[in-house]
Amino acid sequence: MTTISERTSPAERFQAIIDADEKVEPSDWMPEGYRKTLIRQIAQHAHSEVIGMQPEGNWITRAPTLERKAILIAKVQDEAGHGLYLYSAAETLGVTRDELVELLHTGRQKYSSIFNYPTLTWADIGAIGWLVDGAAITNQVMLTRTSYGPYARAMVRICKEESFHQRQGYEIMLRLCNGTPEQKAMAQDAVNRWWWPALMMFGPHDSESTHTSQSMEWKIKRISNDDLRQHFVDMTVPQAEYLGLTLPDPELRWNPERGHYDFGEIDWDEFWRVVNGHGPMNRDRLEHKIRAWEDGEWVRDAAAAYAEKQQARRAASRTGG
Amino acid sequence: MAYSVPHVDGEPDPEFGRSESRGWPMWEVFVRQRRGMSHVHAGSLHAPDAETALQHARDVYTRRVEGVSVWVVPSSAIVASDPDEADAFFEAIEKPYRAATYYEIPDEVGQM
Repeated sequence: MTTISERTSPAERFQAIIDADEKVEPSDWMPEGYRKTLIRQIAQHAHSEVIGMQPEGNWITRAPTLERKAILIAKVQDEAGHGLYLYSAAETLGVTRDELVELLHTGRQKYSSIFNYPTLTWADIGAIGWLVDGAAITNQVMLTRTSYGPYARAMVRICKEESFHQRQGYEIMLRLCNGTPEQKAMAQDAVNRWWWPALMMFGPHDSESTHTSQSMEWKIKRISNDDLRQHFVDMTVPQAEYLGLTLPDPELRWNPERGHYDFGEIDWDEFWRVVNGHGPMNRDRLEHKIRAWEDGEWVRDAAAAYAEKQQARRAASRTGG
Repeated sequence: MAYSVPHVDGEPDPEFGRSESRGWPMWEVFVRQRRGMSHVHAGSLHAPDAETALQHARDVYTRRVEGVSVWVVPSSAIVASDPDEADAFFEAIEKPYRAATYYEIPDEVGQM
C-alpha cells in the first residue's frame, strides 16, 4: 500500500487525500476549481453570518425582558464570531479580507437569501432560532465532514455554538405557545412566514443543482440538497406538533412507505426572485452593511494610527538605549 | 447560519488575489483550555497591534470560557515545514523499532 505522499503528481496526491477521506490543507496543491468553489462557498457563508446579525439585531432594543435582551446580544455576537472564523478559513485559500468585504459590498458575492426577509414581531426571533438556525445546523453538521480542513474546523466550532441558538429559539416559541391566545397567534404567524424560506435554505432540487455533483465528488458537500431538506422536515414536524403549531403546508403528511414526511413544492419563482436581489429586504441589508463599514472607518483609522505610534515608540526606545 | 447560494445564470466568477491591500496583520491564536494543558491553536484573526489582537482573540475564541490563557503570535513569524518534502523530513516511518508494538513479549509476562 502506498501512502498519500508517495504518489508522484500533485493531482494524484490531491485525489488520494479525497479518496482516503482525509482533509486537504492550505499548503496542499488543489485544482483551481476546488479552490474557487471553496472561496465562493466559504465567503458566502461568512457574509451570511455577518448579514444575519441584522434581522435579529432589529429586536435587541425591543426584547421583552432584560434576560431575553442579553441572550439576543450574545447570539448576535456569536454570528459575528462565526463570520470571522469563516473569513479566516477563506483567507487560507489566497484571498484577502478586504477583497471579500468589497465583493459583498459591490454585490458580486451573495449571502443566504433567508436574511432578505423582515423580522416583524418578537415571535420571528423565536422562529428564526428554531427554524432558520435549525436548517443551518442540518447543513453545518454535514459540513463538519467537508474535505477542506480549515472549513471543517470552523464548522466544528460553529456547530457547538449553534445548538444554543436553536434551543433559545424553540424556548421562545414554547413560551409564546403556552401564553395568551394572542401570543400563540403571533407564534403561528411567524411560522407561517418563516417555514417556506427555511426550506428554501437548502437550495434548488438536486436535479436542478448543476454544481452539486462536482462538490459532492470533491467531498465539499457530503449530502445533497433534497436529502438535507427531507432530514430537516422529518426532524421539525414533531417539534411543531409539540408546540401545537401548524406548518403552512396542506400537503405535509407522514408517508409510512417512505418512512419520511411528504411535503409540498417550494415556490421556486419566489426563491429565484430573492436570490436575484428582489426580496423584501435585499436593498436594506446591503445598504446597512455598507453604512456600518463606512461609519466604522474612523475607528479602523484610529486603531492603525495607534499601532503605528506604539511601534515608533518602541523603535525609538530601542535605539535610544 | 449557513448555506451556499445557488449559481445564477451568467454569474461572473470574480478573480482573487489581486488586491494590493493586505489590511491589518494576521495573528495566530493559541488557547490554554485549563491548567495542566498546553496552548492549542484555535484559529487566526486580523488586528493592528498585539494588544488589540489579544482582546480580539478573547472575543472571537473564548466567548464561552474556553480558556484560562491566550497567546497571539504574528502569522508572519511562523516557520513551517514544506509539505512536499514531508517524506524526507519525517523519516521516522522508516524506523518501526522505535514503536513499542515492534517487540513481542509473551502473554505470560503480562501487561508491559
